[in-house]
Amino acid sequence: MLDSRPVLTGEHFVKGDVAVMEGAIAAGCRFYAGYPITPSSEIAERASQRLPLVGGEYIQMEDEIGSLAAVIGASCGGAKAMTATSGPGLSLMMEHIGLASMLETPCVIVDVQRGGPSTGLPTLTSQGDMMQARWGSHGDYEIVAYAPSTVQEMFDFAIKAFNAAETYRIPVLVMADQIIAQMTTKLVIPPEEEIETVYRPIPDVPAEEYLPFDSSYLVPPMALAGTGYRLHMTGLTHSDAGYPETNVPGQEALVPRLVRKIRENEEKIVEVEERLVDDAEVGLVIYGSTAGPGWEAVQAARKEGIKAGMLRLVTPWPFPRTPVRRLSEQVDAILVAEVNMGQMVHPVTEQAECPVHHLGLPGGRIFHPNEILRGLRKVVT
Amino acid sequence: MAGFGGQGIITAGKILGRAAVLYDQGSAVLTEDYGPEKMGGWSKADLVISEKEIRYPIVDKPDVFLAMAQDGFDRFHETLRPDGRALFEKGLVHPTREWKRKTSFIPALKAAEELGRKVVANIVMIGALVELTDVVTREAAQKAILDSVPKGTEQLNEEAFRKGGELARGGAS
Repeated sequence: MLDSRPVLTGEHFVKGDVAVMEGAIAAGCRFYAGYPITPSSEIAERASQRLPLVGGEYIQMEDEIGSLAAVIGASCGGAKAMTATSGPGLSLMMEHIGLASMLETPCVIVDVQRGGPSTGLPTLTSQGDMMQARWGSHGDYEIVAYAPSTVQEMFDFAIKAFNAAETYRIPVLVMADQIIAQMTTKLVIPPEEEIETVYRPIPDVPAEEYLPFDSSYLVPPMALAGTGYRLHMTGLTHSDAGYPETNVPGQEALVPRLVRKIRENEEKIVEVEERLVDDAEVGLVIYGSTAGPGWEAVQAARKEGIKAGMLRLVTPWPFPRTPVRRLSEQVDAILVAEVNMGQMVHPVTEQAECPVHHLGLPGGRIFHPNEILRGLRKVVT
Repeated sequence: MAGFGGQGIITAGKILGRAAVLYDQGSAVLTEDYGPEKMGGWSKADLVISEKEIRYPIVDKPDVFLAMAQDGFDRFHETLRPDGRALFEKGLVHPTREWKRKTSFIPALKAAEELGRKVVANIVMIGALVELTDVVTREAAQKAILDSVPKGTEQLNEEAFRKGGELARGGAS
């Protein structure tokens, strides 16, 4: 299926890694810089094959720090840009996730999670980067992250990720994992005209009136390098004009706005999937590749007379506070199942009005539905 | 399905998955696993085929077990369901004496050599698998083979597929 159409409308039998790259290209991505790492390497491979065919650029960088730097540069020049990596590479990208937040540069980072810490389990799955995705870079910023549960969602969420990145001028993460990324299954790519894409707001004022970080906007229009507007970009706290303003008024004018542009749009961004929650007495909270076994477990629990319901975090970040609180007001207990030793259980506990239990795996495999079913049984007794 | 790198085990998985998804309008999930060696290491393709949506992609207890190398048998034979069916490459897989499952031995490598290219042994095995089980329809498998193999080799692969069916029907053992 290697051809020069940007949107490969039709049915395919492909890996999640291929699907996420096709989603990105369909969303308008035309620049990829990366440092291949298992289990995300097939994304780089696909990008290297497909981007040149659709008028884009692929570059393999010297490491993950350089990769995200190149992505930020390309985005400043007007390209929709992305990279992909796995845990060890995500650690190296943290510095530039902060820079992208500070420069308000739209970009997408796909993290195909594998077992950690350190180089851990290169070929085996994990959900161990969920907190790093939110809090990994220093200072105050907000992040948007999507957690795909199927190969189809690898495609769909790549588009959502680009749209959120462009709408709010932020780095957006797609938190995939080895299972979803490397399984091969059906992908349906819709017709091009059915795919909604967003491009960042750009200025319509004359160059001499333009302020690149105009704080009268929540999301200021973004002039593209080389279009006649003067730009100064720095990771230092900066004024509306973009020059260093490393003092208290500068910080108080800038950082709250960076945070508010996500917090004030939280309801628009947050997405969850709820199943059988209306009469549920026990709630299962899951995300990513845990959703499949989780849903099987909920159905099995129902057959045993356990009134279980499932809440899936489509956007782990911003954290779906309201849906989790609503669930917790209704059920007697919540079980959070995730392939880590306890990460998303923390924001769930923070919001919940009921007891919250955790079912974790250290990484390497996903849950068997029966393991989650046993977890649900234990929680109700 | 298990064998050695280079035997086309994962290609076979992709062909059967494509057949199920694109031509039989079913669901299929393929997961792959292999050893760290660049060449000749072990290789495994796990395939779930269903009429319904597949929510759990892992194959714990297969209904069908296909091995094209002794190593594949040694590693994975214990996972086959008691009432499951096995297909082994006749010259390369020799089960232990305790092995009691319903088993067909297919001389796929020999057949492929007779067709002129031993790389099509995996397609011979697919032909036998499709004959002996109902995982995918014959038409779907044929279409998936045709759009998966390199241009210019269509006829050879069709021959290999047909030969596999013939060997299975003949009760090859």
